[in-house]
Amino acid sequence: MTYNSSRRGFLKGAGATVLGASVLPFLKVLPASAAGNDVVVAVTGQTINSLDIHRTGTNRPSYQVAVNVYDRLVSFGTKTLEDGSLSYDYSVIEPEIAESWEFTDDGMAIVFKLRPAGKFQDGSPITAADVKWSFDRAVSVGGFPTVQMKAGSLEKPEQFEAVDDLTFKINLLRKSKLTLPDLAVPVPMIINSKVAIANATDEDPWAMEYLHKNPSGSGAFKVASWKPGEQLVYERNDEWTSGPLPSVKRVVLREVPSPATRRALLERGDVNMSFNMPNKDAKELSETEDITIATTPIENAIYCLCPNLSFEPFKDKKVRQAIAWSVPYEEVFQTAAYGRGAPMWGGASTTPADIAWPQKFPYSTDLDKAKALLEEAGHGSGFEVPLSISLSQTDWMEPAALLIQENLAKIGIKATIEKIPGANWRTASLVEKRLPLHLETFGGWLNYPCYYFFWAYLEGHLFNSSNYRNEEIETLTGETLHMNVDDPDYAPKIKRMIEIVWDEVPRIALWQPALNVGTREVSGYEYWFHRQLDVRGLAKS
Amino acid sequence: MSGRLATVGYRIAHAIPVILGVVVVSFLLTRALPGDPAVYFAGPAADEASIAQIRTALGLDKSLPEQFFVYAGDVLSGDLGQSISTGQPVLSDLANRLPASLELTLTALLLSCAIAIPLGVLAATRPGTTVDHLCRVLVTAGVSLPTFFTGVVLIYVFYYLLGIAPSPLGRLDFIYIEPDHVTGFYLIDAAIAGDWETWIGAVKQLILPAITLALFTLAPLARMTRAAMLSALSSDYIRTARAAGLTENKVLFTYAFRNALLPVITTLGMVFSFTLGANVLVEKVFAWPGIGSYAVEALVVSDYAAVQGFVLAMALLFVALNLIIDIAYTLIDPRIGFETR
Repeated sequence: MTYNSSRRGFLKGAGATVLGASVLPFLKVLPASAAGNDVVVAVTGQTINSLDIHRTGTNRPSYQVAVNVYDRLVSFGTKTLEDGSLSYDYSVIEPEIAESWEFTDDGMAIVFKLRPAGKFQDGSPITAADVKWSFDRAVSVGGFPTVQMKAGSLEKPEQFEAVDDLTFKINLLRKSKLTLPDLAVPVPMIINSKVAIANATDEDPWAMEYLHKNPSGSGAFKVASWKPGEQLVYERNDEWTSGPLPSVKRVVLREVPSPATRRALLERGDVNMSFNMPNKDAKELSETEDITIATTPIENAIYCLCPNLSFEPFKDKKVRQAIAWSVPYEEVFQTAAYGRGAPMWGGASTTPADIAWPQKFPYSTDLDKAKALLEEAGHGSGFEVPLSISLSQTDWMEPAALLIQENLAKIGIKATIEKIPGANWRTASLVEKRLPLHLETFGGWLNYPCYYFFWAYLEGHLFNSSNYRNEEIETLTGETLHMNVDDPDYAPKIKRMIEIVWDEVPRIALWQPALNVGTREVSGYEYWFHRQLDVRGLAKS
Repeated sequence: MSGRLATVGYRIAHAIPVILGVVVVSFLLTRALPGDPAVYFAGPAADEASIAQIRTALGLDKSLPEQFFVYAGDVLSGDLGQSISTGQPVLSDLANRLPASLELTLTALLLSCAIAIPLGVLAATRPGTTVDHLCRVLVTAGVSLPTFFTGVVLIYVFYYLLGIAPSPLGRLDFIYIEPDHVTGFYLIDAAIAGDWETWIGAVKQLILPAITLALFTLAPLARMTRAAMLSALSSDYIRTARAAGLTENKVLFTYAFRNALLPVITTLGMVFSFTLGANVLVEKVFAWPGIGSYAVEALVVSDYAAVQGFVLAMALLFVALNLIIDIAYTLIDPRIGFETR
């Protein structure tokens, strides 16, 4: 459990608990490919900096600990995509800790029945009190977990009620389709409250310090060792009660910052998996025998070029449209993304046929049209504008910006590329929203168009870095956000919203990014909206 | 001997204002970094309220002097604060990563010295010959190839193509278990534990990155040895020694080399301090959990505590290093009076 597990403790723990014979091949000097049939070795470029997703400063790669080591009340189903790879299925909600659930007659509360056999990793039973404590914590600690809970209308501890040991009730503030899916994201994980409370102090009532290094959940894997900046080792919880027992016993996740080294390791067969590979490597390795590359377009995410409506030329819709017609989409997609992902340009009609999101915007590269629009707007002689990119996302932003700059010059707009340090980027682009023309990316965890609109098109909302405001969008987003998808009003309203933002283009879609994962001798990799490695389904083949 | 001890104490006392200055400057410089850590660490979907909460939690809502006194008080009590990006106390981060960097750098420098000094001596005794030219070519090549490039090429040839080198997975392949923490140097700790299998594993991991760094540090050392040897060999006392009929070996090593060693040691100190902080690229390529990449990552996200801790640790290290080099001078050249300063 501790991150600096000693040799003796490691061996003792391994021998005494679950490992038994499987630890033996581990100690011998063998290549990874021979490290045992139930051990998977994965490499990633990112650091896991906490074992507690609720903690302030916990970074994105750490979310996977919440996924693998903790359970939630419910989870999403699994589906097979067209290319044969696996993905979670947001349309299916499956039981995890909860055995069943139902809405009360007035629809203003959900009652969950917990599995009677549910056990935490320390063997104690999972009770409704644990669920309540965990949810109270998520809505009370502030920061990201609280914001994410709020997205599902889970805002204050009074909403959560432990009716009896195995019955948990959520009183709803409003009827919302987002509540149930929001219970399946990594944040509302169920913590062993007895252990946590025993390690809480007066200054630290939510045991932030303890759970930061000592996860205590009921998930399919335990953390066998954690060395931040080096590796994290998962070890199977043989007593897992919330799902079928995973087939691998141990997953070693090694941090290797250099993409070239990660690629060499995968090609040589010394690791079984490379998570979040650069597009270039994914493209070049996709033809390699023995290596399977899963490239999954990231749901509800678009890489965008955003003209800021607070700045003069962009107040005019025609100028924004002119820019949308001038982007060399195909070149940008091939150069910046190596063709991995989904094109978001060249849509057939200016009115959407369905409510799929994201879908192709009705723009393509047409410089004559762009020039004509600029002429109409009275900017025929062009203007100058800085095009801002983030230094920590240069992998795609730099090539995209250079190509866009080139085409803008052809219609008379002189763009100068301004590179902003990563630490400044969020403040400049999202908080102060002071960049006239910039690249931006947003992906919503909850896969509904209205959820994307809520974050990216409503005035003042974080990812609306274009300072866009449209009265109709404000009203329609508010109406659709909590509405059920099968409501007859839903689809027409969403179509109208899409039509408006296509016409007014405060965000010019470039392409839908993809997550690349290379595997070797391992099957069962599944794409999740949180874009982190779920090791529960992996199997050595 | 007691005089020397007293001088050492005196020198350490002299270092105190330097350290104080470093504490103040590192504090001010980190505050001058662009970016707002509260916003950064509040995460992607944070709102105003949660950013404010985090600002309070980090103590960034206080005035600058107040923040400084809190920081200074913590440093005095041995608490360097908590790094937000790694989620660990800065002290334990440094304790983990500094030995990793030191182990790599020291091995690389040993290797580098073992090649550079004989090469420099050879080149100096035979100026203008093939050995001299070979020395020049080697050091020029070493210094002109960037370390990340050499690193990637070495990985490509010895790991990817030939399969001789172990997988470049940091300090130990995952199949080994790290030795009990005593010094943090895996080679020493494994030797203490008597675990020679792990020791060999650690050496294997060390070879490629150490060669990469050694190639880079070869140039200043070899050039300095050559220059110092040339000037020593052309000096009066060597002529006298030769005239007195001393053997060539005696002249070369006892008289010339010993005198030439001083500038070499000075260079070595400079190269060491430079390499320790600057081998970020080598660390990245070989997934080496060292202090250079730690500092750079902390800097990028404006992780104040980590940056300050790094600067302070480096300052302490340099003070110690300079002291050691000064003591080494007196050992090599008795004419240098340590006590007189």
